[in-house]
Amino acid sequence: MRVGVVTFPGSLDDGDAARAVRLAGGETVRLWHGDDSLRDVDAVVLPGGFSYGDYLRCGAIARFAPVMAPLVDAARGGLPVLGICNGFQVLCESHLLPGALIRNDHRKFNCVDQELAVENASTAWTGGYSVGQRVVVPLKNGEGGYVADEATLDRLEGEGQVVVRYVGDNPNGSYRSIAGITNERGNVVGLMPHPEHAVEELTGPSTDGLAFFTSVLTAAVTA
Amino acid sequence: MARVVVDVMLKPEILDPQGKAVAQALPRLGFDGISGVRQGKRFELDVEGEVTEERLAQIRSAAETLLSNPVIEDFTVHVDDPR
Repeated sequence: MRVGVVTFPGSLDDGDAARAVRLAGGETVRLWHGDDSLRDVDAVVLPGGFSYGDYLRCGAIARFAPVMAPLVDAARGGLPVLGICNGFQVLCESHLLPGALIRNDHRKFNCVDQELAVENASTAWTGGYSVGQRVVVPLKNGEGGYVADEATLDRLEGEGQVVVRYVGDNPNGSYRSIAGITNERGNVVGLMPHPEHAVEELTGPSTDGLAFFTSVLTAAVTA
Repeated sequence: MARVVVDVMLKPEILDPQGKAVAQALPRLGFDGISGVRQGKRFELDVEGEVTEERLAQIRSAAETLLSNPVIEDFTVHVDDPR
């Protein structure tokens, strides 16, 4: 099972995402933003960070990187894609997911161990969780407020496309406290928190994030 | 050479935390009577040749695709008349 991890200029958490894939038992393939090939991987992670310095808008320039052309095609064809933080921003800018991420409502950079409720355990990336499960995963961002119009929000809720939701006080002003969503098919998932930072006892608040990376290994095999 | 200006603003229903911060700072500096501030972006595009309707359409497309995110932003396009 080969999982690609894309590095854009300014990506920060690509190394940790690659490590999480390895800990989960997958083979990591480092993908370069400037290559127009996905090198036959079975899934792709768009990592966190500050691609292109967050210039113009977060993820707005990364969205047009050469690697994104084959990625968008493959995602529309069912390839599992996970966008974490900046990766989620890139997925929204590419219209693979609806809505957008804006500046945290309280204007501060937020860095906390955040409790989340898993609401969709049927996506390619969350099959290893159960609905209603509470997990603790680091959240670190300045532009993490998920917004969308009412019709889109109602549709996401109604169709079960909210994957994870913030528990407790809303940490960034995200509408309906939405922390992560999926597309209709369940192969593309974007979330602001960082599951790759909750995969080892030594370096994370929990190992709750590991199931994102083990789930996709099973999902891709049965696809 | 001509200049075309694209102004990008967050849609009115989208929270603008930066604008809010500026609005809160103004009275502290003695500037009263300003009830709200919204902050946007201005892109100045240097365009070769004449600004034809075709050229404006092209720029609107660039504004929709790259300069703005239509999910959360609106834009206007106008020609900057140097005279």
